[in-house]
Amino acid sequence: MYTFKHGIHVLDKKELSKDKPIRIVKPSNIMVYPMQQHIGAKAKHCVKVGDRVLLGQIIGTADGFISSNVLSTVSGKVLSIEDRLTILGQKSECIVIENDGKDDAIEGYGIERDYNSLSAEEIIKIIKDAGIVGLGGACFPTHVKLSPKEPQSIDYILVNGAECEPYLTSDYRLMIEETELLIKGLQCILKLFPNAKGIICIEDNKKDAYEKITSSCNNIANIETALMKTKYPQGGERQLIYAITGRKFNVSMLPADVGCIVDNIDTVISIGNAVCKSIPLLRRIMTISGDAFKDYANVSVRLGTNYKDVIDVVDGFKDKPEKIISGGPMMGQAIFTLDLPVSKNSSALILFKKDPIKNLKITNCINCGRCVSACPINLIPTRMLKAAKADNYEEYIKLYGTECINCGSCSYVCPTKQPLTAYFTYMKSAVRDYQKSLKEKEAK
Amino acid sequence: MDNNIYVQSSPHIRDDINTRLIMLDVIIALLPATIWGVLRFGMHSLLIIIITVATAIISETLFNLIVKKPNSITDLSCVVTGLILALNMPSEIPLFVPVVGAVFSIIIAKMLFGGLGQNFINPALAGRCFCHISFTALMNNFKSTMSVDVYTSATPLSLLKESKEVNLLDLVFGYIPGTIGEVSAICLLIGAIYLLVKKVIDFKIPLFCLISFVVFIMLFSNKTTNMNYIMGELFGGGLLFAVFFMATDYVTAPITPLGKILYGILIGVLTGIFRLYGKTNENLSYVILILNLFVPLIDSLTIPTAFGRERK
Ligand code: SF4
Ligand code: SF4
Repeated sequence: MYTFKHGIHVLDKKELSKDKPIRIVKPSNIMVYPMQQHIGAKAKHCVKVGDRVLLGQIIGTADGFISSNVLSTVSGKVLSIEDRLTILGQKSECIVIENDGKDDAIEGYGIERDYNSLSAEEIIKIIKDAGIVGLGGACFPTHVKLSPKEPQSIDYILVNGAECEPYLTSDYRLMIEETELLIKGLQCILKLFPNAKGIICIEDNKKDAYEKITSSCNNIANIETALMKTKYPQGGERQLIYAITGRKFNVSMLPADVGCIVDNIDTVISIGNAVCKSIPLLRRIMTISGDAFKDYANVSVRLGTNYKDVIDVVDGFKDKPEKIISGGPMMGQAIFTLDLPVSKNSSALILFKKDPIKNLKITNCINCGRCVSACPINLIPTRMLKAAKADNYEEYIKLYGTECINCGSCSYVCPTKQPLTAYFTYMKSAVRDYQKSLKEKEAK
Repeated sequence: MDNNIYVQSSPHIRDDINTRLIMLDVIIALLPATIWGVLRFGMHSLLIIIITVATAIISETLFNLIVKKPNSITDLSCVVTGLILALNMPSEIPLFVPVVGAVFSIIIAKMLFGGLGQNFINPALAGRCFCHISFTALMNNFKSTMSVDVYTSATPLSLLKESKEVNLLDLVFGYIPGTIGEVSAICLLIGAIYLLVKKVIDFKIPLFCLISFVVFIMLFSNKTTNMNYIMGELFGGGLLFAVFFMATDYVTAPITPLGKILYGILIGVLTGIFRLYGKTNENLSYVILILNLFVPLIDSLTIPTAFGRERK
């Protein structure tokens, strides 16, 4: 069985939502589409207030090399183009559309297609037009990721089905419910990389998904499955690649540099949808869980839907939540309101009735080394913390602090509750600024 | 929505582990040796243990009161310090010695540096060495009123020095003279296994210390194949107690994996040198204490290379 070194075991709480089939959430009456819901340049809006738009129509075009299209997920009328609060925590440009409930789609929507008849360029173009980005959290435009400099040097396409964050079950549901589309999506990607083998990588707490997929791809020559030990953060790109291929790379490199491309389950399924069914990226699969809810669910939500309408599927709260997390509890982001549109960079929604970390008492570090044994990157978090607190950038760099992937393992295991990961997140940008200022000084 | 929503940086969940639970595990691990010590050496040793631990708790409380800091005794680290110090006392020692030792351990070696985590030498060891320097005769007197079953009050190490045989069974089960807590190899090993299984301590320091020690005395003593001698050195003189319960003290040991190995080897070799060529047998504590001072250096020299980076 495949695995990586260090890492931690976390109470996974997946049993809450794991057996809940994916339910479809009705879109809101007013749909909101941020122009920035991916990494890279913001999309440029290409509709006017008052325009009628169709389901699947591009309303914001990718602007620049690293950018992505934004599509309307309903039919209706453009009400306004204005700044609104998004999941990123800031106000930014959004297109607001009044949903007419008719779901009139663009021409060609939903037409079946055989990927074998398409060329690599055509597949990339379909993926780009469909507005597909990495749905594992990074939201990097997929058409860019799938166009490395030397496609023939890629020998592994890894589909990341680790889903190692606690509570999250949406990828698991997709693997079970959309097995065929997943494999089709992977075949589409493999068409772009003549020398590559596709491997669907699954943690061993999802054995049934592993078995189902394994039997479905049995007679496909270039697709395999791999079972990995359940350990956090197995789903981290560097841990996944290391576990499967034994290859290592650092923060200054891309997976493509070691011959790998990693895509998330939902991303691959979205590619399958776009290429084989002419259905662009219109929805997000989310897990809704946490002890503040009455019930738990896995849902399919159209992008642009208001979060408040999403939680109606589980009849709302049991208790008033103290903590709202977008994403998993290890790396997700705490947000302070649910009055937001679901976007490509949305993730699970985890609500806690009590915030487990609001009253943590921090005492002196006792040098116990638990953070060291936990760190998947082989760092010495407690020393990095000292350097970070002293704003000693040189020392921080010497300790390889810039390699930190902010996985949260060190903070999770610390008996004295040091705010390790929080400091490392802050240091990420601080060190970058510092290095930039150094270069500028040198230039002068 | 409303203002009772908390927004902090990830991760949003934490393990339940805390310092108190860790210290509690250390106390549990010391129980077999403690109970054996009391059974074997009698009520006076129990009194020593109670008084030492109480002194440690009171010292820390008073110190915190005086410097107006929140009381830190609930983390139980002062109980561990007191207990380890008491277990390092000869069973007949007058009570004032461990009391002085406990005050020194807590106030001088720990609290004045800023409390648990900020001290750079092991408080219990510092207390023991302080007592040893100040009350040498008392600290070296292992005559026990209880040990009529033992033919001599000479410790195994002094027997070995005179090239006499030691009774290995006595050694393993703890029918030897010595400090309250160090005499039973079996009790100490039970505690050590508990700590290893519960992942409270890491195996590297004790393992590499014991290996390097045995290798060293095999190479440099002229009794390489004398099993009685080797086992006597290994199980006598508090080596097991020191490597499992004092050398593994988090705060004063290296944190890097390689540093731990190096530290273990250094303790093993230095102890070997002192045992073979030193005059007294009371040196293990000094070895660890001296090496405590080098821990920051060992750590900075052994920072591991990050995942995916080239070794510099
Ligand atoms: S886990 Fe916490 S207490 Fe232990 S060494 Fe790391 S920072 Fe210090
Ligand atoms: S957050 Fe950074 S330092 Fe902490 S365990 Fe993860 S990679 Fe290591």
